[in-house]
Amino acid sequence: MSDPALSLRGVSKRFGRTLALDGAELHVQPGTIHALLGENGAGKSTLMRIAFGELRADDGVVALAGTNREWSSSADAIAVGIGMVHQHFTLVPALTVAENVALGDRGFWGGYTPARAAERVRKIGTQTGLVLDPTARVADLSVGAQQRLEIVKALARNARVLILDEPTAVLSPRESAELYGWLREFVAGGGTGILITHKLREALTLADDVTVLRHGRTVLQSAVSEVTEASVVTALLGDARGPRVGSARRSPRGMRTDAPVVELRRVSMKDARGVLRLREATVAVCAGEILGVAGIEGAGQFDLLRILAGRRAPSSGTVTLPSRIGFVPEDRLRDAIVPTMSPAENVALHDARHFRGHMPWRELESEAVAIIAEYDVRPTDSATIGALSGGNQQKFVLGRELRGSPQLLVVENPTRGLDIRAAAFVLDRIRSAQDSGCAVIVYSSDLDELLTLAERMLVCHAGEVREVPVEMEAIGRAMVGIT
Amino acid sequence: MSRARAWREALPVGAVAGALLLVAVVVLVSAGADLRTALSALWIGSLGSRYALLSATLVRATPLILLGLSVTLAFRAGVLNIGAEGQFIAGASAGGAVALATAAVLPGPVSLLVALTTGVVAGGVWAAVAAELRRRFGVLEVISTLMLNFIALYGVSYLVHGPLQEPTHVYPQSATLPMVARLPFVFDGQRLHVGFILAVLLGLALWYVFARTAAGFRIRITGAGAAAAASAGAVDTARVSFLAFIASGAIAGGAGAVEVTGVTYTLFERISPGYGYSAIAVALLARLHPVAVIGAGVFFGALEAGAAAMQRDAGVPSQFASILEALAILGVLAVDRLRARRQEAAP
Repeated sequence: MSDPALSLRGVSKRFGRTLALDGAELHVQPGTIHALLGENGAGKSTLMRIAFGELRADDGVVALAGTNREWSSSADAIAVGIGMVHQHFTLVPALTVAENVALGDRGFWGGYTPARAAERVRKIGTQTGLVLDPTARVADLSVGAQQRLEIVKALARNARVLILDEPTAVLSPRESAELYGWLREFVAGGGTGILITHKLREALTLADDVTVLRHGRTVLQSAVSEVTEASVVTALLGDARGPRVGSARRSPRGMRTDAPVVELRRVSMKDARGVLRLREATVAVCAGEILGVAGIEGAGQFDLLRILAGRRAPSSGTVTLPSRIGFVPEDRLRDAIVPTMSPAENVALHDARHFRGHMPWRELESEAVAIIAEYDVRPTDSATIGALSGGNQQKFVLGRELRGSPQLLVVENPTRGLDIRAAAFVLDRIRSAQDSGCAVIVYSSDLDELLTLAERMLVCHAGEVREVPVEMEAIGRAMVGIT
Repeated sequence: MSRARAWREALPVGAVAGALLLVAVVVLVSAGADLRTALSALWIGSLGSRYALLSATLVRATPLILLGLSVTLAFRAGVLNIGAEGQFIAGASAGGAVALATAAVLPGPVSLLVALTTGVVAGGVWAAVAAELRRRFGVLEVISTLMLNFIALYGVSYLVHGPLQEPTHVYPQSATLPMVARLPFVFDGQRLHVGFILAVLLGLALWYVFARTAAGFRIRITGAGAAAAASAGAVDTARVSFLAFIASGAIAGGAGAVEVTGVTYTLFERISPGYGYSAIAVALLARLHPVAVIGAGVFFGALEAGAAAMQRDAGVPSQFASILEALAILGVLAVDRLRARRQEAAP
């Protein structure tokens, strides 16, 4: 067998008191797609940041094509052909596509001209099929296009080993399929791909090999052909019995009435530039019902959900909403929490408008403690919400929004970026809210998730909202506008 | 706060203070000053004598504390008000003019009260110009407030050369306030006026507002996470930052009126030797904590008073104070950055 394209041996890394990596191993054969799996905090991202030169290992060896390497920064890793696409994009929104690609080129007199930079983007586009308009401003690109740009950036520096950190977390199913199709071609052409993901099924259909990390140790290294979904889940979760994954849809036990608690009638929404984002949407949701919403990026669901959550007023149409609404937005770091503040302050955030006079901090503290206990937020004594992992932040936000039993819960991408255990927990809580008579509206870019949760489905396409049967096929067709 | 956490907070501050002292010695030695004379002048001129403390340091600290609180309020609300300088001058001019006009007709305390109120209102109005520009047209307040500082400066220059010039028309300054329209002293024979007590009370009050009240909480979340405040809390963040902006200007204006009625007793062009800019440093050094602003203001006041004494007694240029002030800020920023990095690195 040839030397691995990238090899990490016995890598350890300590942050303060926590040992993030404990002798982790990863060996990636050239010309393969390698899936790196693990729960939140298992050390996947840390390991890849070490491979990419962003962090230094305390111990262990990084080898590229059989040669031991030491990076002093990611520039060294880029120079020898490693590229990384981070989960959170590293683009400059105000610059154009070509300028973003040219950023980071070496040399002061490097001969940058707009024409040459644009030419390079076009050339990569024709060679790889990752077509982008070099003159478009990044701020105007869709999320899928931004992701393509991140890959083009890496390819422009001749990356042969490409690390993708949760690449499909923000993509619609169609965009994900496109990305994976491209990745296969890249690998067929001699490139090597490393895929960090939470989506087990995707990883197992796409990858050639799989490595599983748990608590900073490598617990499984195998060809995908030799593992089963069940054996990977066992490796991910350890001996403890895993939670139900994707448990089947079931009929709700709770009370339900046929009188809708939420009603939108012929609701339209224009954005600041006067472009119609949502056209005459009519929606009704009853208590104890879960309504699923799907749509590709920019199809109108963003505005629809904010109108349903009472966060935005429509341009026209009538809206009937209950008084108590819980809302879990998809960008929780920006829209749901203040990361620098304490749990109690983040509890207070929820009704910030309604407080008068003095803040009842003592009660808020005990409410925060109650949410942290009931929703299994760990660690339990975090001084700020920002210090929690994404999954724990999500559990906290959900706990806060479900406090005081709302009549309506609006949730966007409830399990994005969460590990299996946290995701199962969140879905469970959404179901129990439903059981207690709460109307639930869920948007997700993960269709499997919608299929397990929703009893009725709405699909947005180009601002039109349609109800469709709860079937993969029907939803997928409606999302791309086939009627 | 647990004891361990208190230590963790205090340790970097101690480290910065130690580094400052070291740099101070190096600068003094390299400037060729006699170290003993210089340091003793610095000490005696700032905190080491009753006179220095009560007639120099705390007098100097008063506008720095008030303006530091003004900046703190704005920054906490997410408003980058660089205009404390201009709002201070507006308050000093309006307050001074009203004090001069009313001292003869109203009883002393009433005249004083009217003058201080006018200063507060003038500072608020000066800030409201920038606040309205921001709210209505999205004009960046960093730019508008900085521009308004220059307008205020030229405005006061016009006043003291024109309508408010003293009766003999010789000096570019206003007439001197009569005794009755001046702020009373705290101790006999010392220059410390009641403005200092006002500043300390305001610092405590602002702390209370931030920590305990609903309005203060809304100000803090608007500054720390405007999108979350608007989305999760349904707070009208534009309104909160608008009002905080004006309140910030009002405090700065009040500081100007306090300076005229408590220290200078007359209005002149350089009524503020850059207090409004030093105050940004004071607020940052205090890490936007109102009670810490009191300490940071006294620290800067002591440095400046001590530096003046060093210049007198040891021939060390008074810019020495500015060097130490700048270093203190850099030290605090470095500590903050390190702390943020440590938090980022931890998973």
